[in-house]
Amino acid sequence: MNKPLGADPLEGAIGLSLPRLEALEKAVGDARFVEDMTLPGMLHGAVLTSPHAHARIRGYDASAALALPGVKAVVTGEDFETRYMGLVVKDETALAKGKVRYIGEPVAAVAAVDQETARAALHLIEVDYEELPAVFSPEEAMAPGAPLLHEGYGSYFKIFDAVHEGNVLAESEIVGGDPDGAFQGADHVFENVYELSAQYHAYMEPVAALAQVDRDGRVTVWSSTQSVFRTQANIAESLGIPMARIRCISPRIGGGFGGKSEATVQPAAVLLAQKTGRPVRIALSRDEDMTTMRSRHPARLVCRTGVMADGTIVARSLDVLMDGGAYADDSPAVMMFAMYFGCGPYRIPNYRLSGRAVYTNKLRAGAFRGFGNPQGSFATESQMDEIAEALGLDPIDFRLKNALQPGDRWIDGHAIDSCTIRDCLEALRDGCDWTARRAQAAARARPGRRRGIGIAAVAHICGFMATSAFVRLLEDGSVALNTGAVDIGQGSSTALTQICAAALGLSPEQVRCVEADTDASPYNSGTNASRVTYMVGRAIGEAAEVVRNKILEHAGELLEAHPGDLELQPGGKVGIKGVPGKTVSFQEVSIRAHWGTGGPIMGSGSLVFEAGEMDPKTALATGFMSFNACGAYTFGAQAVELEVDEVTGQVEVLEVWSAHDVGRAINPGAVDGQIQGGVVQALGYALTEEMVWQDGRLANPSFMDYKIPGSLDVPHAIHAIVLEHAEPTHPFGAKGIGEPPIVGIAPAVANAIRQATGKRLRRSPMTPERVFRALADEGDGVGIDWPNGQA
Amino acid sequence: MTDKLALSLTVNGERHDVLAPAHRTLLDLLRDQLGLTGAKKACNAGICGACTVLLDGEPARACLCLAANVGDRPVTTVEGLSPGNSLSAVQRAFVDTGAIQCGFCMTGMIVSATALLDELPDPDVGQIREGLSGNLCRCSGYVKVVEAVQLAARYRREEMR
Repeated sequence: MNKPLGADPLEGAIGLSLPRLEALEKAVGDARFVEDMTLPGMLHGAVLTSPHAHARIRGYDASAALALPGVKAVVTGEDFETRYMGLVVKDETALAKGKVRYIGEPVAAVAAVDQETARAALHLIEVDYEELPAVFSPEEAMAPGAPLLHEGYGSYFKIFDAVHEGNVLAESEIVGGDPDGAFQGADHVFENVYELSAQYHAYMEPVAALAQVDRDGRVTVWSSTQSVFRTQANIAESLGIPMARIRCISPRIGGGFGGKSEATVQPAAVLLAQKTGRPVRIALSRDEDMTTMRSRHPARLVCRTGVMADGTIVARSLDVLMDGGAYADDSPAVMMFAMYFGCGPYRIPNYRLSGRAVYTNKLRAGAFRGFGNPQGSFATESQMDEIAEALGLDPIDFRLKNALQPGDRWIDGHAIDSCTIRDCLEALRDGCDWTARRAQAAARARPGRRRGIGIAAVAHICGFMATSAFVRLLEDGSVALNTGAVDIGQGSSTALTQICAAALGLSPEQVRCVEADTDASPYNSGTNASRVTYMVGRAIGEAAEVVRNKILEHAGELLEAHPGDLELQPGGKVGIKGVPGKTVSFQEVSIRAHWGTGGPIMGSGSLVFEAGEMDPKTALATGFMSFNACGAYTFGAQAVELEVDEVTGQVEVLEVWSAHDVGRAINPGAVDGQIQGGVVQALGYALTEEMVWQDGRLANPSFMDYKIPGSLDVPHAIHAIVLEHAEPTHPFGAKGIGEPPIVGIAPAVANAIRQATGKRLRRSPMTPERVFRALADEGDGVGIDWPNGQA
Repeated sequence: MTDKLALSLTVNGERHDVLAPAHRTLLDLLRDQLGLTGAKKACNAGICGACTVLLDGEPARACLCLAANVGDRPVTTVEGLSPGNSLSAVQRAFVDTGAIQCGFCMTGMIVSATALLDELPDPDVGQIREGLSGNLCRCSGYVKVVEAVQLAARYRREEMR
């Protein structure tokens, strides 16, 4: 499988930096996102949200709202039976029922003739609440006698064997080797606490859904989602409608980053459409999206590492505490993912990795690019630098000394097919001219500023969950590719088109990538976990192989040759090996199949990793949802050069280098785009982005008060360093690149600030105020304002 | 629900007579009444720039502009930058550089870039970053956006020849 890159003339589509298939329609304004769609008779929906962090709902009075001219329907928790939805723990209803658990939780929804009327009607709905005591941090939630958010937690359906107590919704531990003995035998033991705030996804398109219910009760939903199949499942579960009667479609999606993985307003739109018999569109405003949807988990981590005097790491413990907010969403999985990467890309024989995810009366936290790994890596990769400094070792040398080697296994015993952390660290060292920049940092600083450069290593995974693909030969010999994968803007449809084209020796123009549609597409669990190019690419390879073999059979009949003597030729032709000039086209083959014999040619592929148990000889786990054998490991290394203003504490990032082994770049331009975009989202996470809650109320629900980076806030010099060590399990060697670029930036920033100023921040984001306090010798920022942020 | 005003607007060279309440923004009027959905509603508070249109040739936030205040100033939306099936030099450059990812911010970005190049035909990197600092993008990291504007400047110079 490890063929040299670019060797096969059939594979001309691989390695092309094509613009997005839909770039043109996006440039001229023709691209249709949900809020751009209207249907005849369509009503406008709006959502009433909870003003209380925790309250019992005693009743509703919607009469005044219904009396407002133009209002067509109001739905509340009284309009549906109690049914729960959720990926990991089923704990959410379509709208609040019985209780509200956070400020911003959807309580009721209105459909009206226009947006203004719908919103006006919200103010006329009366909800009778009985306020309950609330908890706003994991500590409060875990305190004896704390009010319970979910009294029925034990009876909720969960996809794993959860260890839980009180508001702790999942607790887990993995122990490998003899951590206690190894810590005792270590020459040095380092222990530090690290804290991070919540980050908002800030996809540019707020969540929207358009629902239509026909006379027979069949539901169609166009929505802003990362998975039409998860949306279908959420609607089916929460409203008790069979999946066969729910069709979910994704039009263009304006970014997701994990935040649009699970449905939120879609069931409410369906309820309104059912009640009115008319199509209903709900489009959240920005502040509604920020208060209602989800965030990255605030996390506190205690990292402990035992090392020998020569720099060999002998033991690691990482304890992860995550603030999950009011609903479980992906919390257990995110927390366990942070644990799973607790040893990083290093050989550490003895480890104890533990974690808790806790309910609090705030916005639910969920999947967000990196999925727990950015939090875990902030702790572990910051501490790697702290250790290197204490031992007088170069940070890259120290990491290389302990780096995983080819043939090594992950902490659960899972084989690592292509282990390239060393290559990434070396490529980064060369790419950023590390030694010189490190040495000259102080001298090159501008007046009034201090300069530093810092690095972090990155390990991640691409894979997970079920995937399938259909490849169908059209009558003229071109191909329809249907995978059910939603392109949320990252460019997967383009990359998958290139993969399919290469698998059949076609040009990308000869392949049509069908939009995800639950009525027509094969199952795809979602656009998550850096999985689409890798997982769907594999399924396409399998489907294309079926199509290829059928093409060869037909061609054999047409050419009067044995299929084994035939070969595909570029551009949709079949020829006889070694006999130039004698060919048939895919069109001739397809016409024969459609009108002559055999039937239309189609192939399918499907794939899921068997979630094996952890090898008990390697490690023992409790309460852990196994990630064993779920994909391919990916490696990278990142460097940030910055200056700190001595007076204000403001950090200016000057240059970033981001080295990643992508297996093989199917579309190099899109790979660069993923890296550059991920780096900038990570710089926001590290420096300015922080959701702040005061008594459970989000204090900064706007782009004015919640600062995502603009063009002047980040450097133009963001260097993508792309390594291509073909992944043996993928037909074209590709691995995922969606998430890795966001993982190592925050620790690299902290490490650079340390070199620049001599101060260590263990609290992120590293805002001017926090840096300023550190400069004034007021500590590392931990233990002050976690998890609710700096008001 | 409220009394409506009779407004007359020139959008993309075409005159439109519409009725709209006094509080209706230009953005809502363009999107909901004229079917011009290229300008996007991403923050509706004048911060992100996704709704940028040209008002008498100057970039403006359509979400902050009341339709009733437009008067006789001509409005150009992203749809008006590419008459017929053609692409403007700026649109072509954004496609060619691969700057467009999810695309939700890109129509506003392209309108802002057009205004920038109208004023500064040959901007340097710093001027481009400054000129687009009012347009937020969450996908690109801005690197390819800046490259797109540089390429657009070149395309425009080539068109002039």
